[in-house]
Amino acid sequence: MQAQITLSVDGEQRSLTIDTRTTLLDALRERLGVTSPKKGCDHGQCGACTVLLDGRRANTCLALAVAHDGARITTAAGLEDGDNLHPLQQAFIDHDGFQCGYCTPGQICSAVGMLDEFEAGHPSHVTQDPTGPQQLDDDEIRERMSGNLCRCGAYANIVAAIRAVAP
Amino acid sequence: MTEPLRPRAIGTSLARLDGRAKVTGTAIYAFEQPLERATYLHPVQATIARGRVTAVDTATAEALDGVVAVLTHVNAPRLASTDDAELAVLQSDEVAFRGQFVGAVIADTPEVARHAASLMGVSYDEQPYDVQLRADRDDLYAPEVVNPSFPTDTDDGDVDAALESAALTVDQTYSTAMQHNNPMEPHTTVAIWNDDGLTLYDSTQGVHAVRTTVAPVFGLDPERVRVIAPHVGGGFGSKGMPHAHVVLAGLAAQVTSGRPVKLALTRQQMFSLVGYRTPTIQRVRLGADSDGHLAAIAHDVVEQTSKIKEFAEQTAVSTRTMYASPNRRTSHRLAALDVPVPSWMRAPGECPGMFGPEVAMDELAVACGIDPIELRVRNEPATDPESGLPYSSRNLVGCLREGARRFGWDRRDPTPAARRDGGWLVGTGVASSTYPAYRQPGSVANIRSGPDGRFTVRIGAADIGTGTWTTLTQIAADALDVPVEAVDLQIGDSALPMATVAGGSSGISNWGSTIVGVARAFRDKYGPDPADGSETEGETPDNPASERFAMHAFGAQFAEVRVHADTGEIRVPRQLGVFAVGRIINPRTARSQFIGGMTMGLSMALHEHSVMDPSSGHVVNHDFAEYHIATNADVGDIDAVWLDEHDPHLNPMGSKGIGEIGIVGAAAAIANAAYHATGTRVRDLPITADRFLP
Ligand code: FES
Ligand code: FES
Repeated sequence: MQAQITLSVDGEQRSLTIDTRTTLLDALRERLGVTSPKKGCDHGQCGACTVLLDGRRANTCLALAVAHDGARITTAAGLEDGDNLHPLQQAFIDHDGFQCGYCTPGQICSAVGMLDEFEAGHPSHVTQDPTGPQQLDDDEIRERMSGNLCRCGAYANIVAAIRAVAP
Repeated sequence: MTEPLRPRAIGTSLARLDGRAKVTGTAIYAFEQPLERATYLHPVQATIARGRVTAVDTATAEALDGVVAVLTHVNAPRLASTDDAELAVLQSDEVAFRGQFVGAVIADTPEVARHAASLMGVSYDEQPYDVQLRADRDDLYAPEVVNPSFPTDTDDGDVDAALESAALTVDQTYSTAMQHNNPMEPHTTVAIWNDDGLTLYDSTQGVHAVRTTVAPVFGLDPERVRVIAPHVGGGFGSKGMPHAHVVLAGLAAQVTSGRPVKLALTRQQMFSLVGYRTPTIQRVRLGADSDGHLAAIAHDVVEQTSKIKEFAEQTAVSTRTMYASPNRRTSHRLAALDVPVPSWMRAPGECPGMFGPEVAMDELAVACGIDPIELRVRNEPATDPESGLPYSSRNLVGCLREGARRFGWDRRDPTPAARRDGGWLVGTGVASSTYPAYRQPGSVANIRSGPDGRFTVRIGAADIGTGTWTTLTQIAADALDVPVEAVDLQIGDSALPMATVAGGSSGISNWGSTIVGVARAFRDKYGPDPADGSETEGETPDNPASERFAMHAFGAQFAEVRVHADTGEIRVPRQLGVFAVGRIINPRTARSQFIGGMTMGLSMALHEHSVMDPSSGHVVNHDFAEYHIATNADVGDIDAVWLDEHDPHLNPMGSKGIGEIGIVGAAAAIANAAYHATGTRVRDLPITADRFLP
């Protein structure tokens, strides 16, 4: 079955007709040529496909495109402000928060979403007192970023990059 | 001694030149090449472990709208060579392991291809199969050599007599699990077959290795095969040689009238098709006097290979050179099983092979009542025990001492199970690391001057996350005596001059030496102000020193482990690696290589275990939900440092390879720390919570 949808991708309106079985990830990568989100597992197990979906981090391999008609999507390619990298992107370069780079756009989108969640007061599994004042220490960053696998093992540098930018 | 390169750019922490492309996601990986009218391939895999395909019902699949072609062993194009059984895809009805390709669908969209593949009805004549590795099998055999060409067995002195008369002995059996490389970018090939020949956008560690391997399989001249891989999402060995999917994509591209065929293996498919680290069973015997001086070392390894193609991991080879002992014996025995072909995984040989001996050394230290660092220092050889050659540099002791200082080792009480912090038992451990400084001939570089003092440096090297784009640019800049901004590097394309594979931690050594040699020839010929378009091409120079010295990198790994007294949960809050690896080309990317390897070592120690189900011949935990790799929250305070090591014999950069040593010894350090924490000696990986429960 086919369906017509419109997505706002990195600020651009894109209309397309899709097979209703198409994931949001495949719609972006295979139909729109937006390959910043990566496919690492296609099962919601690695985070490589993370984008900001209507402002929140989401695994696009677990979303059907047809269910997100009208959605606003920001990929790592859309985080730049003109020619300036997003501060997190610059921090990933400065701290060498990646090696092969395949998990990286997902890590960065996830980090942007994670910092917003923290600002909004969302607790995590390691938050000691969910109702008290929160501190985004390394354990919090590690826990909140654990949905994004990195086989190159850049975790320590990813934490350092996020710490450098976190409030 | 090779004439050293004067370091200006090398040794500096230049940020990755591909950094912007990577953090925005605009770096183009194999599957992402923009191509017109592409088709999508979805494979069909065998659901039996051994037997024959008796029939494939393709009608329903073929009738689906959007299906371009269906391939089975009956209609697939014939290959020119089936010598490599792993690559003889769809050439017969035989099934040699579960998950083998038995068909494929090519369709206009990935959704249709996948659906159609699920509609292919495959019937089998199933035959008995055998997938279980055990040390007591009666059909173990000795391969002719172990990888790549080491003797299978060695026997120096009289090990049995020395063990007999030794004051102290350790005799234990250790095992490492079957593990899968799992690079984050799946194995991916896009194939285009037209009048120009075959073009492959491939996720590979070596474009020329792919070309050399697949050209004869398809009966093509190598010149008619082009392989392109500018960015590769990790490999860790599994992308070091082409696997069956590359051939499948090439077969499919012959039936699509020139339309590109895109094939990305799913994560699940990767567990049966792209290699894995063989499980190993290692009996280690050590004999020593009461001061801990080794009199005998024996390391006997049992591991697996597949029936269709031999892969003999060189697990005990590092034991031959690691410690001084007058009597030394090593052996390798293989079980040939109905399983997929094992392959390279980060530090094949050294990584599993240093687990048993380095835990055994810890056991010996306990038996002697000697500090485990001191025990290693006492057994430091003056020359390579295996070859008798002097080491070009060997600073294991320096690494152990520096690590001890940084890690706070002097405050360590050796008593096991003696420290408690709340509910946690706390311990620390150490192990040695080593990796050979390999160098292969056969790379070629081309340097050409452009206008405005710029230079184009061309070599078909690979960057699989290792930092090649950046570090080769640094080397080329120093070799030409120009700033890095003046160098335009081109890599990742078989149309460029031939390069060796990114493997064996030898890439930078091979490619860098080649570039330095060519740059020197260029300057000799054209001087400081070459005319636009001046050009020199040349091969990797010989290094006569490699005949006169044993060349290895060394390191020391430290870990702190906490084991929960009630649940057995195991955590690793601290890891430190100290390495002696010659000159560091780029401290920023080098540290990432080391901690990346150590993180994979942590993952090996605590998580990774491909579970082969004997009743189906299938790795049942074939995805990231079940096959655990270390996540961010698993990694604690991890750091890597290095000694300032000057070794003039290696290559003009003075560097040893660093991509693999970080994983070697990491799991042993963790196992040793777990013993120190709990008093429980775990000899089988992975170290899971149940091992500490009563
Ligand atoms: S590709 Fe979506 S989570 Fe792995
Ligand atoms: S940088 Fe390679 S997987 Fe994270």
